[in-house]
Amino acid sequence: MSIPHPAPETGPILGKLSMEALPLHEPILVVTFIGVVLGGIAVLGLITKYRLWGYLWSEWFTTVDHKRIGIMYMILGLIMFLRGFADAIMMRLQQAMAFGGSEGYLTPHHYDQVFTAHGVIMIFFVAMPFITGIMNYIVPLQIGARDVSFPFLNNFSFWMTTSGAVLTMVSLFVGEYAQTGWLAYPPLSGIAYSPNVGVDYYIWGLQIAGVGTTLSGINLIVTILKLRAPGMGLMKMPVFTWTSLCSNILIVASFPILTATLVLLSLDRYVGTNFFTNDLGGSPMMYVNLIWIWGHPEVYILVLPLFGVFSEVTSTFSGKRLFGYTSMVYATVCITILSYIVWLHHFFTMGSGASVNSFFGITTMVISIPTGAKLFNWLFTMYRGRIRFELPMMWTIAFMLTFVIGGMTGVLLAVPPADFVLHNSLFLIAHFHNVIIGGVLFGLFAAINYWWPKAFGFKLDVFWGKVSFWCWVVGFWVAFTPLYILGLMGVTRRMRVFDDPSLQIWFVIAGVGAAIIAAGIGAMLVQFAVSIWRRKEFAEESGDPWDGRTLEWATSSPPPDYNFAFTPVIHDLDAWHDMKKRGHQRPADGYRDINMPSNTGAGMILSGICLVMGFALVWHIWWLVAASFVAVVAGAIIHTFNYKRDFDIPKATVIAVEEARTRQLAAGA
Amino acid sequence: MSAKTMTANAITADEPVAFYDLDEHAHPEGHSTMLGFWIYLMSDCLIFAILFACYAVLGGSYAAGPAPKDLFDLKLIALNTTMLLFSSITYGFAVLQMQQGKVKGVQLWLGVTGLFGLAFLGIELYEFHHLIEIGAGPQRSAFLSSFFTLVGTHGLHVTFGIIWLVTLMVQLSKHGLIAANKRRVMCLSMFWHFLDVVWIGVFTFVYLMGVLR
Repeated sequence: MSIPHPAPETGPILGKLSMEALPLHEPILVVTFIGVVLGGIAVLGLITKYRLWGYLWSEWFTTVDHKRIGIMYMILGLIMFLRGFADAIMMRLQQAMAFGGSEGYLTPHHYDQVFTAHGVIMIFFVAMPFITGIMNYIVPLQIGARDVSFPFLNNFSFWMTTSGAVLTMVSLFVGEYAQTGWLAYPPLSGIAYSPNVGVDYYIWGLQIAGVGTTLSGINLIVTILKLRAPGMGLMKMPVFTWTSLCSNILIVASFPILTATLVLLSLDRYVGTNFFTNDLGGSPMMYVNLIWIWGHPEVYILVLPLFGVFSEVTSTFSGKRLFGYTSMVYATVCITILSYIVWLHHFFTMGSGASVNSFFGITTMVISIPTGAKLFNWLFTMYRGRIRFELPMMWTIAFMLTFVIGGMTGVLLAVPPADFVLHNSLFLIAHFHNVIIGGVLFGLFAAINYWWPKAFGFKLDVFWGKVSFWCWVVGFWVAFTPLYILGLMGVTRRMRVFDDPSLQIWFVIAGVGAAIIAAGIGAMLVQFAVSIWRRKEFAEESGDPWDGRTLEWATSSPPPDYNFAFTPVIHDLDAWHDMKKRGHQRPADGYRDINMPSNTGAGMILSGICLVMGFALVWHIWWLVAASFVAVVAGAIIHTFNYKRDFDIPKATVIAVEEARTRQLAAGA
Repeated sequence: MSAKTMTANAITADEPVAFYDLDEHAHPEGHSTMLGFWIYLMSDCLIFAILFACYAVLGGSYAAGPAPKDLFDLKLIALNTTMLLFSSITYGFAVLQMQQGKVKGVQLWLGVTGLFGLAFLGIELYEFHHLIEIGAGPQRSAFLSSFFTLVGTHGLHVTFGIIWLVTLMVQLSKHGLIAANKRRVMCLSMFWHFLDVVWIGVFTFVYLMGVLR
């Protein structure tokens, strides 16, 4: 019943789009759609009722303030996280049910879309927006800058990422998503085996978001290299800034590879070229190589900034300078470089021969050395420190324990003969969830709990934070230990039904684990809600709630639009700690006008047109492709005719803001 | 020794230290544009690197179809290459005029550059049309897929370069040689010369070595 339909007819007006594209035969999707529509109407109605459109447009959508863009990235990541996790729950439920002749509740066509969407969304539209959001918010503050180097580009990057996410979400209700797995290997993803629009949604969603990611990578590199406060040499940069720099270098040096590879795949699908086809000289394995040359650096793009977060958190909550700052920096740089020469370990089974496999096996194992150095640095930072077990520190310790085990199973997989046995098994699934949840997600939760007071001026509720923490950590192990065991028994990934009834208990346990994680997510949402509700009670007026060490804690919470009335001068690593230790005084006068970039709607408009173009490309609506392409080029050109892109915050405003801050500090002291 | 260091530290700690730059001046507008644009070019360079790598892998997969020897007309390509190389030189003249502050001269040389660019594109389109006509289109074999994609991507870049160039000429006539426009001329200059360098790679690896093969 779920054999893909033959490619539909193409009409001149709507291309391949027709009423059949609406998945009315899938009750799950219909119910979801109704829910989304009702929820959407409610949200839009509330915004209209409270007359918030003008506020949203002028203060948020068009903003070029790196702090607000950072917050918008976090909201995007959170929304997409709920979607991606819904996919995860669906898979766990299906696999726990589909035994003893039961087909479960998902058709193959639907199940294959669910596991593809889960992977794509979690990596591209959850992890990436989250880390970009954190970097956007924190890096300029940590280096004592007023904004990023290219504020308009920052806004544009955010909206491009959002457009990619929206296009991916549209596939849920109009047409279908790819059924290929998250990397869309050909020949399965080629036109011969995926004749419908699923892979096209995949391609254009990622291409649009990829433009945003690449530009934001360039932006943050230039920001870090050019806008550091006087005195902050490279080796006086906070570790989080260092890891962000390396992560963004990886972005710029790997996302173009993804772009090019997806272009080649789309040429195969749209033009009929033979890059990755089975005939006329095409080479599917070249796609696999190319996509992993991007894909392996990608996992370090995700985790490196969080290594920075753990460094900041460990040092702050141990009340000590970070142990081995220099080795930490060099370890980060080593990982950055090594991440480029390990890609083949994702497909040792390609059969490239013993010497090639040995080379990539060894380089993979070598990565554990700088990573191990980092762990020892964190441990030695804690050693004899005055450790405060606040939430960020708890997440950091959970990370250390979880990540080390994930790292060790990674080294197991790096041994080519072992990999031949474990390749594509649930052991692999358990391994990478072990490092991504244990490393990236736990790091993000540490970061959110750590920097929330900076962004909003009040702390997060500790009780619900702890509930969330314990649910997550326990739930993670309950959910993924069975997958390690199943993988060792030879169960492969992406299975929809099972024959062997003795395996069912493990899938049921994994499902229970997923339910515990769901409770953890619920507790986190409650934590946010309770904290916002009781924000007066949790208010934090000093700007420095954790006795922090880096410059972001030198400003008020939330910081003023211009971050620093006077650019700080850096004399030491841990600049803010140094300032506190030596009894610095806030300057009381001598304020000047501050030059800041102006808001613009161009980023949102251009990205919106790109979204339309992506949709038109998916459905082969060629007139709309042409029209939106012309519109996007024309829009970009028109934008370049706008020369006046900045304004001055008048001295009087600066004085008013700073005097209010002085009174706030005096009241707190 | 250690006592001495400690005293030194103590003294620095007691001295009043400036923690804020009280006499700061705003960064000049666009002070990091050149670096940012250069990094963008490197990311673009990576796209070409992938396309070159694909050509290296697939360039011999003729699928019993035509090979470079049967297809490439080196004289035509030499003419084409000349057009692009000349356009780089004339762009250089435009920059020299800009440094002397002569907006008319800049416009003139940018116009000449654009014409050379159009000539290059015309010849390339003629070549593509001819190849497709004789049945050697991008669908014929993996070799031709990678050939058309590599050369075509370069051509697409030149096309965007020309659109940018025209835009810039309009902006120059509107606002003259203000700092923002000078910066744009320099960015397009980097872009244009970058495309020239990529073309030298294409000419060498695709055409010259293809005919040798």
